[in-house]
Amino acid sequence: MELLAVFLPLIAFLVAGLFGKQIGDVGAQVVTCGALIIAAFASIILFFDVAVGGNAYTTVLAPWVVSGDFDVSWALRIDSLSVVMMCVINVVSACVHVYSIGYMSHDGAKGRFMAYLSLFTFAMLMLVSADNLLQLFFGWEGVGLASYLLIGFWNHKNSANAAAVKAFVVNRIGDFGLALGIFAIFVVFGSIQFDAIFEQAPELAGTYFTFFGQDLHALTVIGLLLFVGAVGKSAQLGLHTWLPDAMEGPTPVSALIHAATMVTAGVFLVARMSPLYEYAPDALMVVTVVGASTAFVAATIGLTQFDIKRVIAYSTMSQLGYMFFALGVSAYGAAMFHLVTHAFFKALLFLGAGSVIHAMSDEQDMRKMGGLWRKIPMTYGLMWIGSLALAGIPPFAGYFSKDIVLEAAWADHTWFGHYAYWMGIAAAFMTAFYSWRLLIMTFHGESRASKKVIDHAHESPAVMLGPLVVLAAGALFAGMIFYQGFVGSASHGDGHSVEHAVEQVVEEHSEDHKIVIAEDHAEEVKGEAHTVEEEAPAAHLPMSKEVFWGDAIRVRAENDTVEAAHNVPFWVKKLPLVVALLGIALAYLFYLSKPGLPERFKAIFTVPYMLFFNKWFFDEIYDRLFTQTAFKLGNFFWVSGDQNMIDRFGPDGSVKATQKLAGMFSRFQTGFVFQYAFVMMIAVIGILSWFVFRSGM
Amino acid sequence: MVDFPLLSLMTFLPVAGILIILAIRGDQEVVDQNTKHMALYTSLFTLAFALFMYTRFDGSSAEFQFVEHSSWLKPLGINYHMGVDGISVFFVLLAAFLTPICILSSWDVIKTRVKEFMIAFLALETFMIGTFVALDTVLFYVFFEGVLIPMFLIIGVWGGPRRVYSAYKFFLYTLLGSVLMLIGLLTLYAQTGSTDIPTLMDNPVARDLQMWLWLAFFASFAVKMPMWPVHTWLPDAHVEAPTAGSVILAGVLLKMGGYGFLRFSLPMLPEASAYFADMVYVLSIIAIIYTSLIALVQEDMKKLIAYSSVAHMGFVTLGIFTATTQGIEGGIFQMISHGLISGALFLSVGVVYDRLHTREIERYGGIVKNMPKYATVFMILMLGSVGLPGTSGFVGEFLILLGAFQVNTVVAAFAATGAILGAAYMLILYRRVIFGPRTNDDALSMPDLNQREIGLLVPIVLLVLWLGIFPGTVMEKISPSVDKLIGEYNEKLEVAAAQGETEEEGPER
Repeated sequence: MELLAVFLPLIAFLVAGLFGKQIGDVGAQVVTCGALIIAAFASIILFFDVAVGGNAYTTVLAPWVVSGDFDVSWALRIDSLSVVMMCVINVVSACVHVYSIGYMSHDGAKGRFMAYLSLFTFAMLMLVSADNLLQLFFGWEGVGLASYLLIGFWNHKNSANAAAVKAFVVNRIGDFGLALGIFAIFVVFGSIQFDAIFEQAPELAGTYFTFFGQDLHALTVIGLLLFVGAVGKSAQLGLHTWLPDAMEGPTPVSALIHAATMVTAGVFLVARMSPLYEYAPDALMVVTVVGASTAFVAATIGLTQFDIKRVIAYSTMSQLGYMFFALGVSAYGAAMFHLVTHAFFKALLFLGAGSVIHAMSDEQDMRKMGGLWRKIPMTYGLMWIGSLALAGIPPFAGYFSKDIVLEAAWADHTWFGHYAYWMGIAAAFMTAFYSWRLLIMTFHGESRASKKVIDHAHESPAVMLGPLVVLAAGALFAGMIFYQGFVGSASHGDGHSVEHAVEQVVEEHSEDHKIVIAEDHAEEVKGEAHTVEEEAPAAHLPMSKEVFWGDAIRVRAENDTVEAAHNVPFWVKKLPLVVALLGIALAYLFYLSKPGLPERFKAIFTVPYMLFFNKWFFDEIYDRLFTQTAFKLGNFFWVSGDQNMIDRFGPDGSVKATQKLAGMFSRFQTGFVFQYAFVMMIAVIGILSWFVFRSGM
Repeated sequence: MVDFPLLSLMTFLPVAGILIILAIRGDQEVVDQNTKHMALYTSLFTLAFALFMYTRFDGSSAEFQFVEHSSWLKPLGINYHMGVDGISVFFVLLAAFLTPICILSSWDVIKTRVKEFMIAFLALETFMIGTFVALDTVLFYVFFEGVLIPMFLIIGVWGGPRRVYSAYKFFLYTLLGSVLMLIGLLTLYAQTGSTDIPTLMDNPVARDLQMWLWLAFFASFAVKMPMWPVHTWLPDAHVEAPTAGSVILAGVLLKMGGYGFLRFSLPMLPEASAYFADMVYVLSIIAIIYTSLIALVQEDMKKLIAYSSVAHMGFVTLGIFTATTQGIEGGIFQMISHGLISGALFLSVGVVYDRLHTREIERYGGIVKNMPKYATVFMILMLGSVGLPGTSGFVGEFLILLGAFQVNTVVAAFAATGAILGAAYMLILYRRVIFGPRTNDDALSMPDLNQREIGLLVPIVLLVLWLGIFPGTVMEKISPSVDKLIGEYNEKLEVAAAQGETEEEGPER
């Protein structure tokens, strides 16, 4: 089953890629969509078997790189974490594949597009099902390649090519960190196999090793290096500049790669390495701060953009920030929960935006839209669902996941946990605001498009709307269904007594630094808290987070913020919803009731507005600092180094010196016999006198 | 094991081919045709023998195999001694594999002095294979330096407009190294009375002498690699050389330097190798970063790939001198992989050069439209060069950095930046040549790959992918020899350290 789920997309890629000419566009579409739908069902079956049934296993396929002690195989590790990811990837990918049939119907290279999509899916599946870091790296770079190919899909456009190269190179910077992290893990652990790493992590928690001449805490260094990789792939602050540009790719690509799956690889990486991060608290602190800052900064930029896809892109970046600070406070389950719900509603929003763009003859600027809701009512309704989920309005999926993330951040009771909470609250307010700004600017008010475009505007075909409905169902129900399994507590009762129980557990466990594997801990809590109540409605996965995740995620008992999150004060729980509603209300005021307000605001707050609108000037600074410097250095080395130094004093210099010498000697050859005779005479006299002089000594 | 002298047969089969070619008479056109066929068949037979050798090669053994040993210059104690082990076997294969490809690639391109060109190439093959199988320093030196002559002619006679300058530059650089190496070999002979490579490996000379000898050998191998700052001959040589010359230069000739380090420097001069290792790291890092940055600003396709070769070879020297299993195995793997990838990249440049007669990147653009097959092949090779996992380029680079990290984290970190820059310059090259706006009409009317070009490129592409997914094919055969090399290296260092304790201080590391 796992072979089916992982390798069907590869087969689809090979068939559509190599025999695209023979099977034609329709053939390629049928093959890839068919394969992906089967793979999606296979992963759902796997999900029930592994995550619900609790049968985690690993399938070893073949040896890969073996060199001395370094021994790595191609293998598929099937546990709760990987099957959750596989489900998300295959389901969203299948939706996007089908959607693309409609969206790309006017394109000349449909077969190639479908092949690339399948290639991406395969690489992503290899990433999540890896049982060692090298295979994860294979998938990691593989999705990078697919992303590069798809961003630059319209390769006659210079902007698309530039964006593609930028995405690849910026990601390479992250990969640089990831690679160093892998080396460090090999040096410290003697293996890059997950099982071996996880087993040794508690023992090696106190290890120090020499890095850059400093004796540093090994696990912290490793955690930070791996996180550099995650920052690159998941477009966190610092290495995020590629993501907005990546919107040059066709919209289905943005939905699949730059919203639902690839950009979440960093989140997955940290969650996967949770047994290691649990012993690197300083690394987790950095993860939290970076994640929280990203959530905030990206949201501020999202407020001011006019390109419909860029707004959603910055929103993605911001939501990824939420996931990261959840990871940072050890709420791995909450992060994964938000990852899953986000995959559904963000893919829905992107594909919805694609549907709008499709209707508007490829227009992406929201200033040239407006009043569209009558023309494309289905898309309008679906976009509402996506926005409600994104803003975190109950009972949509985002409400459940965003809340637990924020509560966990609060429950961490550290300065960075609180920092994350308040940044998250601010971002939640802005999220709601820009979501409704998008909805209103696109669908309401007077139309600002040319008449020709408006007349041509039409609802998308069923092949595009169908996948949207599937995703909308996810955005609606995923939160309710998965809450209990992903983050639910076995002890779901009155706040205070359980909090007390947790504190007790914490006290007991702070003594010994042992990993408390889920189930024992759950039972302990159950035993100690007397007011335990099982209140899992039938629609939920009937299990606690501990049973659900099994061995895939490990949290030290004293770090179990998800558990503690269920018991935070009332206002902490309700504040996200309040600010979200405020945000929506403000958007109505700004863009529907009082249309003049935004301009006046802009005039008053010029400085922050310019900062946000220009994306905090990251691109400009990086361009000056790195890109231009690299090219200048390259020219300098080439001209001043190779040509003016090495060649001038090396080969060319010696040639010149030889020529000069030869020239000097050739002057003696005047051709006049008397001169030769004269020279000879002097020489003879000289030699003679030397001999005489010597014999006389 | 095989009874008959397989290695000698492989080495001198091309010479037999040359003799037959010399005997061909008739009209110019007929002679050219027959010469080409003769050269191709000769190289194909050599390849067949090489493959036969590969099938009979015992990968579990670290010993020299197919050994031939007979006395040659008896009074001097110099022998005719040949053999292959895990370190050399793949270089022999690489040389035997790339030669027929080079001959085929020149089929329609070389129109003047066809006969002489083919003779030069066959002679080159003899010298290349001989270098990798020779187990006697004199024999090795003859082959190692012999390579210079046909290569000099290939650049100087069939090269581009600045061919004479480039050929002399090439000759000047390599000659400098050669002279020093000759002095080194003579000193070694004077000291030990032996020219036998295995014997010399087992009996390291005194520490002080090692230092001088190491520097003498280093001069020669560093030029061949080429390492910074003696690399400037390579871009010029590549730019002016005909396609086949570039392929063989990048594919095999550069590897002779790395092979030399593995055969001479590490085993014969272990203390000096350990002593100079830090210097090699520094030079390697400079090579990687400096030449990558230069590659970023090149406007000439061949020059760009030539500079990237210097960077990739920087990884190799780094890996070799880490003296770790991963570093050395990675270094050997990287050499094999680079031989295939850069060879094929130069072939690919040759493909468009044959059509448009320019290497200027500016003159192309958007050719994915009319040359989709070419674009695909070039894409895979580009990714191999960038070191994407799943291609052979990744395995070598990763293992080298892994080895380096164990020895020195700073070195590994700096070297790893090469992967970022490598991605930048290759992707920009690809973007400008294959993608981008379709502005140059003549570039857009070029026909796609023909049958012959597909036949040349696709086997290499498949090998690049195969070695990326199943590197074990190569790794398991080289690892016993590498283990032996490292085991003996560490042993010699320990012995030396034990001896040195009475004096002052042991060797470093």
